[in-house]
Amino acid sequence: MTALPPGAIDCDLHPAPPSVSALLPYLEPHWADAAGHRGLHELETIAWPPNAPLSCRPDWRDGAARPGSDPARLIGDAVDGFGTRYAILNCLYGAPMLYSEDMAAGFARALNDWLRAEWLDRDPRLRASILVPSHAPELAAEEIERAAADRRFVQVLLPVMGETPPGRRVNWPIYAAAERLGLPVAFHAGSAYRHPPTPVGWPSYLAEDYAAQATAFQAALTSLIAEGVFQNFPELTVVFAESGVAWLPAHLWRLTKYWRGLRMEIPWVDRSPEEIVRERVRFTIQPFDAPEEPDAVARLLDHLGSDDMLLFATDYPHWQFDGMGALPEGLPETLVQRIAVDNPLRTYPRLGEGEP
Amino acid sequence: MTTEVLERPSGESAAEAALRIADCDIHPSPKLLEREIYPFLEKRWQRHMERYGARPRQPFLNGPAYPKGQPDAARRDAYPPAGGRPGSDLAFMREQHLDPNNVGFGVLNPLKSGQGLQNLDFADAYCRAINDWQIAFWTREEPRLKASIVIPYEDAAASVREIERCAGEEDYVQVFMLNRTAEPMGQRRYWPIYDAAAAAGLPLAVHAFGFGGAPITGSGWPSYYIEDMTGHAQSSQAVLTSMIFEGVFDRLPGLRMVLIESGFAWLPALCWRLDRVWMRMRDELHRCTRRPSEIVREQVFLTTQPMEEPGRPRQLVECIDWIGWDRLLFATDYPHWDFDQPDRVLPSWVDVEKRRAFFTDNALRVYGRQMP
Repeated sequence: MTALPPGAIDCDLHPAPPSVSALLPYLEPHWADAAGHRGLHELETIAWPPNAPLSCRPDWRDGAARPGSDPARLIGDAVDGFGTRYAILNCLYGAPMLYSEDMAAGFARALNDWLRAEWLDRDPRLRASILVPSHAPELAAEEIERAAADRRFVQVLLPVMGETPPGRRVNWPIYAAAERLGLPVAFHAGSAYRHPPTPVGWPSYLAEDYAAQATAFQAALTSLIAEGVFQNFPELTVVFAESGVAWLPAHLWRLTKYWRGLRMEIPWVDRSPEEIVRERVRFTIQPFDAPEEPDAVARLLDHLGSDDMLLFATDYPHWQFDGMGALPEGLPETLVQRIAVDNPLRTYPRLGEGEP
Repeated sequence: MTTEVLERPSGESAAEAALRIADCDIHPSPKLLEREIYPFLEKRWQRHMERYGARPRQPFLNGPAYPKGQPDAARRDAYPPAGGRPGSDLAFMREQHLDPNNVGFGVLNPLKSGQGLQNLDFADAYCRAINDWQIAFWTREEPRLKASIVIPYEDAAASVREIERCAGEEDYVQVFMLNRTAEPMGQRRYWPIYDAAAAAGLPLAVHAFGFGGAPITGSGWPSYYIEDMTGHAQSSQAVLTSMIFEGVFDRLPGLRMVLIESGFAWLPALCWRLDRVWMRMRDELHRCTRRPSEIVREQVFLTTQPMEEPGRPRQLVECIDWIGWDRLLFATDYPHWDFDQPDRVLPSWVDVEKRRAFFTDNALRVYGRQMP
């Protein structure tokens, strides 16, 4: 078992509201009324059916309670359990999946306020990402401004599959707000399901949907690079959370080859995609998707070609690994220090500020 | 005094024979539709073509959804001196590609056919014409070239009829689909096609591109050609995932699948991920009874082009070590612009056994053929 160094930072954990009624005190009157009058269902995504094996590790389950809905459990299992100094909460609540921009924004505001009151105020080790109505970039930027006033919000959270490819200009107000406020933008596995999650249509199985998340990240990376997001927002850091990592070298080899052949189409991309990614994109380490053999892990790290890109994460409560094995076997100690401490601190400037 | 006579193979030298390669992705085009395709197309469909056009699920009547980086996506030196589109002149193809690159076995993969057209009857007729054309204009003239059975795959019944019509002709070496189908390829509406391919003993070839109607990303349509091109690797991953998880390879343990023109370096990471997901959710994947990576090791092959190019070629070789040297079929994509040049694609230190598998033997084994 690869041990974690002191001061480790967990960059991907998933709290969940126990039910929509938990948000009522935080919803503006119009939306609270609507939730009651219209009989709003729970905004749970088809990506994470709560009883599916991947949605929660068996020893992290708590009877019928929604996985991740009990702060004491999350803190005990994950923060105390792994001894992390900070834990970044990425709540995958379905607000951005609502088609109404106003309703999505209303529920995102409530969710962020709920996170602040019910989670961040409870334990000084907790930090959170700002949930936004991702298909309404102007409203999203407003919410980023509003929530970021609390410096315990350390990044902006978007589903990797939204309404438009993430690099498209329509999304740029989100990146402008994040950059201005020194917040990384995290794309997390998941979809608003505006489009089939695979390039060949709707799959039959949840397992297929989950497998397709990795390919969605590949497409998202291509889009962010091709559209020039990194040139237009030179201070912006992008985090890929629960993206898988093993696919990255092969994708960059392919994308860089095509960039050499087709860069006349996107002349603003003035550096190779490999360089851009190594400098500007970070990846949480669960799932890693490498085989078990330490030799293969070492080879894969060599193919990645940088020690700066990986961020420690448990992906709590998702069932990615058992026991304490959140880090792949065979990592050199110096790299573990970078993954667990140095890279997260560099990625999230607000973590270095200590207690706000 | 006796004269010592050295034993030499007659004809070409052993070294030359060793270098003879298989090219599993060559794209032929008709010089003129009217002259080469119409003879095989019923009058009614000739008229349909002229009045309504081909109409796949994409915006433009002529040309691709994403304007290419080069005319006809072709090498600029691939235009035949006698005129016509790249890939339309057999004599020039011999002179520019087959002879100098020592291609002994070449698989024709026609991209313009009835595949993916909205009108299924026209799709069927056009596919049949393209199949007849390949034999009449290409394989009969050039024994090194082999044909693909293009099928109107959105209509499984018509596809099965076409496979059965063609399968007796030796020059067809595979059943050919494009990978952007209307629904993921493992879904049961397509199963009769795989049954027919397996029954005919032909590999199922799945080439990048197509017109399924779903955007190539889960976030919708990207802006640029480079995104579409890079995206073929993601489409192929989705296709393979679907075929495995839907249990197609379990139903048909004799079926061999060849994924064409989407590179290959993504395969190890995909297999690691699929194995993990399969272990977690086996109860959902009841049709898939074997570990995904095992299925791939037994039933799946990939053509090499466009080969991924890491800065350190050693890393590509390590990647092939993960995949296995018995899985890859060399392909150039002639006459297209992202052509892979056979003498440049592997580092010089890769040993001769591996080179032979990569360039020649794997293909001959998959297609069950000898060098002509």
